[in-house]
Amino acid sequence: MKIKCQVFCWFIVCSLWFMAGSSFAQAEKFFEVKAKKFSYTPNIIEVNKGDLVRIRLISEDVHHGFFVDGYAVSTSAHPGQDGSLKFTADKPGRFCFRCSVTCGEFHPYMVGYLVVKPNSRFSMSAAAVILIGLGSLVIVFRKKENEQG
Amino acid sequence: MSKDKLFGLVDLDWRFELTKFRPVRALFKSRWFPLLPILFNLFIFVIILLAGFLGGYSAGNYNFGIMIVWILWWVMLMFVLVPVLSRAWCLMCPFPIFGEWAQRGALFGVNMGKLGGLNLKWPKALKNMWIMNVFFLVTTFFSGFFTVRPLATFILLGLIILIAFIMGLIFEKRSFCLYVCPVSGFQGLYSQFATTEIRSKDPQVCKEHKLKTCYLGNEKGYGCPWLLAPFSFRKNTYCGMCLECFKSCPYDNMAFNLRPPGADLLVDDKRGLDEAWKSFIMLGIAMVFFLSMQGPWGVLKDMVRASTLRGYLTFITFHTVLCLLVIPGIFFVFSYLSKVFSGNKEVSLKKLFINFSYTLIPIGLGAWIAFSFGIVLPNGSYILHILSDPFSWGWNLFGTKNVPWTPVFTHSLGYLQGITLLVFYLFSLAYGFRLSKQTFPGLQEAKRGWIPIFTFLTLTTLLFLWLYIG
Ligand code: SF4
Ligand code: SF4
Ligand SMILES: [Cu+2]
Repeated sequence: MKIKCQVFCWFIVCSLWFMAGSSFAQAEKFFEVKAKKFSYTPNIIEVNKGDLVRIRLISEDVHHGFFVDGYAVSTSAHPGQDGSLKFTADKPGRFCFRCSVTCGEFHPYMVGYLVVKPNSRFSMSAAAVILIGLGSLVIVFRKKENEQG
Repeated sequence: MSKDKLFGLVDLDWRFELTKFRPVRALFKSRWFPLLPILFNLFIFVIILLAGFLGGYSAGNYNFGIMIVWILWWVMLMFVLVPVLSRAWCLMCPFPIFGEWAQRGALFGVNMGKLGGLNLKWPKALKNMWIMNVFFLVTTFFSGFFTVRPLATFILLGLIILIAFIMGLIFEKRSFCLYVCPVSGFQGLYSQFATTEIRSKDPQVCKEHKLKTCYLGNEKGYGCPWLLAPFSFRKNTYCGMCLECFKSCPYDNMAFNLRPPGADLLVDDKRGLDEAWKSFIMLGIAMVFFLSMQGPWGVLKDMVRASTLRGYLTFITFHTVLCLLVIPGIFFVFSYLSKVFSGNKEVSLKKLFINFSYTLIPIGLGAWIAFSFGIVLPNGSYILHILSDPFSWGWNLFGTKNVPWTPVFTHSLGYLQGITLLVFYLFSLAYGFRLSKQTFPGLQEAKRGWIPIFTFLTLTTLLFLWLYIG
């Protein structure tokens, strides 16, 4: 019983690792992102791991920036003067892109999401929560009378 | 009987007295401490207020007040002050100092006579967390202002200081801190998780000391300003760490201890619906703050910053309903299921609901710490700027005025948030089952009754995980 359980857990963990590590064929993805106080359109950009991402940043009001967490690349745009950006999405996970130019009071909250699929950070953490949770339940149910802890 | 060990590692009764070191005890007994930190913070808060006032309605990320309060102070509270040092902020908090000063008529020495002001007793019906719950929730209605507009921070802090002063003149001792201060409630709630505590050492010494000077005061120190009985209180929630009892105890019987995190969660004392709701409200606010501040939805930001009145009212309504009704409602359903699963008829649903609400403290604190990572890592570098130019007058005090905005470690933000949630989830589980054993008389009932609560905690963790990194 115990062994079976362990094998099963390892199977899940390994397949998640595999999913996280496997690379997809590189494709080029182009996005036209409009920035306007205090959000981006589109606000969520989804690509696959390995994609070449190209972005044109268009500002619709004031000077805005575009900094991508995890990739540390950035650009900025004035109205009528677009910014552009190119990078290879080689790290999976969800990252924020943020405005890097103070553009008004909500500037620190001006963010969008770049999702590089598969989002293994999330699936790994979620799997960890579920596995650990179930493990703890097993421990609890094996407790005998008077046993502490 | 075998010892109850947290994660099978640390004995829950384990304590390590830090005041056994002579310099620490001497420090705690000195009247300069915590007076000096309070005065230092008073100085900082004067600058904050000034910067808030001068900064007016401008964008806040280059404002000293906004940055120190909402990046440095808030994050310090969530990262170290509360989880490690309990209510150490209240130890050095300058907000109530004017009221206390007026009561005592002395800043440094001990006034043995009658305290000034009206010294009225706080109404019994309000001796709980409800006012703080409402006050804190209402404060968050304005989060789209005070976290970004210097003037709004000025008004908020100014109001807190003013109310604290007026209440100090009317009500006895720290009534404001105990029952009104908006930052008090969550510190009290989450300080139950803290890894340190102030407690009396040897109950026998207290028993033989007929004149309870820690409660009544003597020439060395005031009677507990937080109206506790220092010789017998059992959880951190209502001890403001003012250290008066260290000074007034003639036998050095008060101690400052290290302990396993979360020890108070098992203390069945003053548990109630007010504290339960504090937990729900904190969870709700963490979600709403995340959605509006770290989420990508412009519509929501427009609501929170009141671009239209209608949008703003919609935000307030949803936020309030979520915190006060939806989360407690869902938790109620799971509590009910717990009762059904357990098969126990005697334990009241109310008791079960209240007891299990304490399982939300670790995961709530974890959600707040994870949220705070998302605030401090991207925005922390602004602090270097405002230190050099606090009033936006073009100063360059430390030569850091022109440091560009530099996000720090934001590539690892997702990992940090994920790990934080996971760790605090573990604490919730560890204390959760113990609370179940405390609630149900039989072990089998406790096991079965635990399943729905376990499910609730797991789902809550997964929800936060999905919000933050999914
Ligand atoms: S309760 Fe509020 S006002 Fe009182 S010491 Fe703590 S933070 Fe300051
Ligand atoms: S027990 Fe009372 S006197 Fe002692 S530190 Fe806490 S609040 Fe202060
Ligand atoms: Cu911007």
